[in-house]
Amino acid sequence: MDEATKHKIESMIKSEKVFLFMKGTPEYPECGFSMRVVQILKSLNVKFGSFNILEDETMRQSIKEYANWPTIPQLYIDGKFIGGCDITAAMYDSGELQKLLN
Amino acid sequence: MKHDFEGTPLSKEDIKSLIEKGLEGSVVDILDPRDDGVHLQAIIKYKGFKDKSLIEQHRMVYKALGESFNKEQIHALSIVTKSE
Repeated sequence: MDEATKHKIESMIKSEKVFLFMKGTPEYPECGFSMRVVQILKSLNVKFGSFNILEDETMRQSIKEYANWPTIPQLYIDGKFIGGCDITAAMYDSGELQKLLN
Repeated sequence: MKHDFEGTPLSKEDIKSLIEKGLEGSVVDILDPRDDGVHLQAIIKYKGFKDKSLIEQHRMVYKALGESFNKEQIHALSIVTKSE
């Protein structure tokens, strides 16, 4: 990944407290896992930034490398990688996610 | 196993065998909750998950699955990890 792409990713995940790389948009998620994370964030009334990786193949590959994580969605809170759909859902169920968001 | 070919979907058995091979001693169940052969769920019991964070546990599973995601041989796999 080149420096410009890395910088772009870093500025995105710092642009909001909560940032989601996803397939589709919060209004029209294009994958069940992305949809689930959006539903969780919406149910908690969380404002979040997002990026549709289906529209940018370079970003799609680069965020996998950046997080060392092969799947999408990818959730960041306070610039820190949280996980994908399964982890977000598990942390939501345990209440850990709510703590991070407060 | 057919996982050498780019884009060829892995079967439930392929996925189970890759994880069990990568995480020695693990017990893996692959479920197909929608019965479509595409949206799968892996339930993995592995002692090596103990004291690891969820992110680390999932990374261990992803590592065992190698390039399967990048080659789009797995379309949708939900992962549940248990240390006992």
